[in-house]
Amino acid sequence: MNKVALVSKVSLDEKRAESLMSSIDTERVRETAAPPSAAGAKVQSPPGSFASAARHLVERVGKALEGALPTAVLLAMLLGAWQLACSEPGASLPPPSKVISDTWPLIAHPFYVGNGTDQGLGWQILASLRRVAMGFGLAAVAGISLGVLIGHSKVAFRALDPMVQVLRMVPPLAWLPLSLATFHQANPSAVFVIFITAIWPIVLNTAVGVSNIPQNYRNIAKVLQLTGPEYFFKIMLPATVPYMFTGLRIGIGMSWIAIIASETLIGGVGIGFFIWDAWNSSLMSEIIIALVYVGLVGFALDRLIGAIGRLISRTAGAR
Amino acid sequence: MTLKHLSIESVGVSFPTRDGTFTALRDINLTIAQGEFVAMIGHSGCGKSTLLNVIAGLVEATTGAVLLDGKVVDSPGADRAVVFQDHSLLPWLSVYDNVRLAVDKVSGKSRTRAERHTWTMHNLDLVDMAHAKDKRPHEISGGMKQRVGIARALSMEPRILLLDEPFGALDALTRATLQDKVMNIHATLKNTVVMITHDIDEAVLLGDRIIMMTNGPAATIGQDLTVGLPRPRVRLETANDPAYLTARSEVMRFLYDRFQHPKEAA
Repeated sequence: MNKVALVSKVSLDEKRAESLMSSIDTERVRETAAPPSAAGAKVQSPPGSFASAARHLVERVGKALEGALPTAVLLAMLLGAWQLACSEPGASLPPPSKVISDTWPLIAHPFYVGNGTDQGLGWQILASLRRVAMGFGLAAVAGISLGVLIGHSKVAFRALDPMVQVLRMVPPLAWLPLSLATFHQANPSAVFVIFITAIWPIVLNTAVGVSNIPQNYRNIAKVLQLTGPEYFFKIMLPATVPYMFTGLRIGIGMSWIAIIASETLIGGVGIGFFIWDAWNSSLMSEIIIALVYVGLVGFALDRLIGAIGRLISRTAGAR
Repeated sequence: MTLKHLSIESVGVSFPTRDGTFTALRDINLTIAQGEFVAMIGHSGCGKSTLLNVIAGLVEATTGAVLLDGKVVDSPGADRAVVFQDHSLLPWLSVYDNVRLAVDKVSGKSRTRAERHTWTMHNLDLVDMAHAKDKRPHEISGGMKQRVGIARALSMEPRILLLDEPFGALDALTRATLQDKVMNIHATLKNTVVMITHDIDEAVLLGDRIIMMTNGPAATIGQDLTVGLPRPRVRLETANDPAYLTARSEVMRFLYDRFQHPKEAA
């Protein structure tokens, strides 16, 4: 019967999926991997009087504050401990109070414009984000295409998977010398490093998503005689979107890590070089404040991709 | 009535495996007339789903051929709509859109937009699912999903409707309701149906003929029984009809005596 009929095929598919899965197991982000249907529930608001909307808002803000409370308490404790540990003269790191007072001009004027690399923190971060946007955008397009190919075709899988598995193990910075030698300029080199860092999780997750499209959906497509593009948009894309966004989310995090590292070596305007520059001038407070910004921006990027993923999962395939 | 509406001629299916060739089916010869309701029954592993998939064009016959109105069918097509055991609705589409996808694909050229909408709703109405048209598959029960699967298949106006154990995963009460529904639809539309089942009562109640499969590997048709029950059949009255009981015991004898399940026999 068809169980038997599909055994050889299925076991191959499973093997393929497994080998892909095992390689990215730890990188998976649960939230975006949830099936698209799970995100389908809409928030129902009562038919809208202003009062009920206001009450709703207050409730939500209240809940958010309640959720943030433990974090706030812990943060205050850690900052307090740090303050105590580093207040003595001769401490190797400045205490939080000194960090704030030292860097107040930087915090207050994020879009200050000076000469050369002497720019406000906002400009530094924007410069880094611009590189990430370019590199990550390219990685998303190339990664999804390659992932679809690997997931869809067994020949492509056999040909490309070993290469992908080896290349993805090369650390971002190891690409930099090669990149500089090829492009001769700092900016395209940095963009390339981001591209080559972000692409692998996108490729692998997309490939897993595509090869995991249930046989049933493929059978439906066959019975309906969907054409290639119809299959791509009506079945493959909606079925794979959660996987793609898992990859994109891992990819954006890795590209943000990579840009900071490569900028320290490349120089120019950018938050990475800002940190290296501050280290060379022994401005510990500036380093610390830059680290906080880097963390917050990375967090925002991650959430942004996650939110886009949920939005698309919710509307995918709807006419 | 065309006598040879669907004709399966010496079909055999074998697969290459690590331990050599595995023969799932051999020498299947079967002719089905227009409008006939054929139930296929056999122990699990007997290749009945493979046979259905061969008719659907999802599995290729190694030997022999399937002819539909005299033409060889060797690839899937909308003229042979399948209702799968696990309903196979697309979870990201609403009930309406699942059916509409099939309608748009099959009659995108022959019907206007408005007609396709009406046709989609008509088919949802046939299975009493019009009320839930905007629900997503995960929001409705298993029986409802199966009804939508049937609506989707019917909306394709297939020449043959293939049902692959459509009610296997449902509870007995839901199953009875859906069996009645399928009988009504068959009486109204007079379409040709091939249905796989594990359930003897289902086979006898619904089928004009019951095809009994021998055990695999290399399974084939063991017995071809015509059920002499007049239509329309009413569940409660039919249950005590001598013809019903005869057919039922015939199938039981086949399944539990002549061709016991391989595991039970061992």
